Amino acid sequence: MTRIGVLALQGAFQEHIETLKKIGVEAVEVRLPEDLDGLDGLVIPGGESTTIGKLMVEYNFLDSIKKRAQNGFAILGTCAGMILLANGIPGFDQPTIGILDIDVKRNAFGRQVDSFEVDIPIPELGEKYFRAVFIRAPVIGRTGPDVKVLAHLSDGTPVAARQGKILVCAFHPELTDDLRFHDYFLNIACSRS
Amino acid sequence: MEKGTWTVKKGLAQMLKGGVIMDVVTPEHAKIAEEAGACAVMALERVPADIRAAGGVARMADPTIILAIMNAVSIPVMAKCRIGHFVEAQALEVLGVDYIDESEVLTPADESHHIWKHDFRVPFVCGCRDLGEALRRLGEGAAMIRTKGEAGTGNIVEAVRHMRTVMDSIRRIQGMTEDELMAEAKTLGAPFELVMEIHKTGKLPVVNFAAGGVATPADAALMMQLGADGVFVGSGIFKSSNPAVMAKAVVQATTHFRNPEVIAEVSKGLGEAMKGLDVRSLPKEALLATRGW
Repeated sequence: MTRIGVLALQGAFQEHIETLKKIGVEAVEVRLPEDLDGLDGLVIPGGESTTIGKLMVEYNFLDSIKKRAQNGFAILGTCAGMILLANGIPGFDQPTIGILDIDVKRNAFGRQVDSFEVDIPIPELGEKYFRAVFIRAPVIGRTGPDVKVLAHLSDGTPVAARQGKILVCAFHPELTDDLRFHDYFLNIACSRS
Repeated sequence: MEKGTWTVKKGLAQMLKGGVIMDVVTPEHAKIAEEAGACAVMALERVPADIRAAGGVARMADPTIILAIMNAVSIPVMAKCRIGHFVEAQALEVLGVDYIDESEVLTPADESHHIWKHDFRVPFVCGCRDLGEALRRLGEGAAMIRTKGEAGTGNIVEAVRHMRTVMDSIRRIQGMTEDELMAEAKTLGAPFELVMEIHKTGKLPVVNFAAGGVATPADAALMMQLGADGVFVGSGIFKSSNPAVMAKAVVQATTHFRNPEVIAEVSKGLGEAMKGLDVRSLPKEALLATRGW
């Protein structure tokens, strides 16, 4: 059985664990770097990126995740998770793993009263639109040449992307009943390339 | 594009889980909290221990303070309004705070009714002492719950009582047969549909933090082990002798709440925790938790 870890330092990790269980995956909490051993992939959930980032530094996660990613470890980052994987966060001085060649803009839509949900097309997941929940969400700015943008808002803003086995989105698939985004990640995690 | 939906309102609370929300009264405090790893701050004019000491009527904070704190940090900022004072809530919504705490720590404006929170785009968190109170607040539209404890005392005893009471009720309802649920809803004074939902799912439909009396890393981990999704620390940080160190230790204890080695390590050399009050020594009218209906 495929075994996926969910970084459980802070944020909506339980929601990811429940979603992964629904698609038939063994999902486990990752609270210390040694919990990364024996995993087929890792989810970095939504939460507060400054909080999760500080705890990652405190418990030496940055290098251990980076090394695994360089060896073809699959990682899904949602919202704060996307921020923590990005190379750059213009305007913010905060630690990141920095293995995804994008810049992200934090709190791109404003404060909580401007949080929203909307149906967006994600061609890789099929024709049916995906209900995307944006909560104090970031967006993707600059993208490097190896990055494929998977979804845009209607105004063209990129909100999901993939580079090799790293998959990110600015929204929260774990807050909906639509399992396709996690299924897509599972396929990445199980692929040998 | 839909804003202010139920998913979005309760979703922000889901993103705060496993974290610590700290009371702050200045932008400098807010930065210390953010630097320590707080997942949000509560912008106030006074921390509860000082509200208790000052006496008089405690109201919504001056918007100047709230805005200064919002400008100082990138994490979510919450603010308190008085129970039933929907105009203070309207003002806080316009200021753009990320969550409103309809709080017993301030002097209630209405002794019969709470705010009808469904009318707002900004989400609300409300306090409870038991499951009935939690479910009444949910019925009114609260998107997050916190157990009340006894704010400003630095004494965890009431927080423990309230969390145990809520969790015990949930377990009991889950074990009931359907024909017992209506009588239970009546006893609790709770909306029947929500009692039914708890019977089916075995959990609250929203996030539930612990509040009111957390003063040490061990207190925070205790509340997490009792079932809290996260903790509010009010006076406990900035009434301690070394707020930055205490704040960081509480954050780490909340993340690693099941790991006694971490709790022991981060508890070393913190200096003085806030002095604290014996809740039994307080006169009835000084208790904050009994505010709310």
